[in-house]
Amino acid sequence: MAAKSNKFHLKIPSQTDNLEIIRDFVAKIARKVGFNEDDINKIELAVDEACTNVIKHAYDNNSKNPIDITIQIDYQKLTILVTDKGKGFDPTKLKTPDLQEYLAEMRVGGLGIYLMKNLMDEVEINSKPGKGNQVRMVKYLDKGDAPPPQAANSS
Amino acid sequence: MDGFEVQRKISNDVVILNLKGYLDAHTAPQLEKALQTCIDQKEYKIIINFENLSYISSAGLGVFMGFIEEIRQHGGDLKFSNMNPKIFRVFDLLGFPNLFEIFDDERDALNKFNSK
Repeated sequence: MAAKSNKFHLKIPSQTDNLEIIRDFVAKIARKVGFNEDDINKIELAVDEACTNVIKHAYDNNSKNPIDITIQIDYQKLTILVTDKGKGFDPTKLKTPDLQEYLAEMRVGGLGIYLMKNLMDEVEINSKPGKGNQVRMVKYLDKGDAPPPQAANSS
Repeated sequence: MDGFEVQRKISNDVVILNLKGYLDAHTAPQLEKALQTCIDQKEYKIIINFENLSYISSAGLGVFMGFIEEIRQHGGDLKFSNMNPKIFRVFDLLGFPNLFEIFDDERDALNKFNSK
């Protein structure tokens, strides 16, 4: 596939019943780009986690606010931006969850960012308190995931 | 994928919850309800069978975290079975295999409960 740039955009009310639509949207684009099923699953889950955080934490389950998802396809690279205008937070205060501690405190949630960082190649969180948050996630299509175009055409 | 469903069956004193479909922040309350029903009925030996579950996010895993302490305090346990690799990976990434017993097959989980 030649180097080309493509942008996809989804603006959707911040409701948990839209998570399935968001996952389908992201998965279809990732499949089109040529990611294997395993990576598509990872991308889908990472975006679900980012959007779940927006719905539950940034917007406190207030569905009147939109979640904005932009997917940028560059050569061998998928960049996903999840943007909200909800409550900001201090990303430097995030710590890797101690699972035993979570269990002891019966805390639910808070595992999403940890998962996102494990599932994607790059994760960057920008938060402006009072203005909103943006999660930028990148997945590269370079690790032998898809057959190179020459090999696919040669037989 | 089409919604989420919890099917419940009982084998002696063990409750088996079969999960079907996708388990995310939208459907997690359904699982919460099913587990709360077990607790309310003092059923503390529970197996979750994941065979027909196609998707899970941390919201789903959070439900298990929310109940496990109470279940173990009553001498019971939550055991997991029949996870496909996609589902297992999410549990594995979050360190759940250290916190919960995961069996290949529902029968193995049942045997473990019955052997005590």
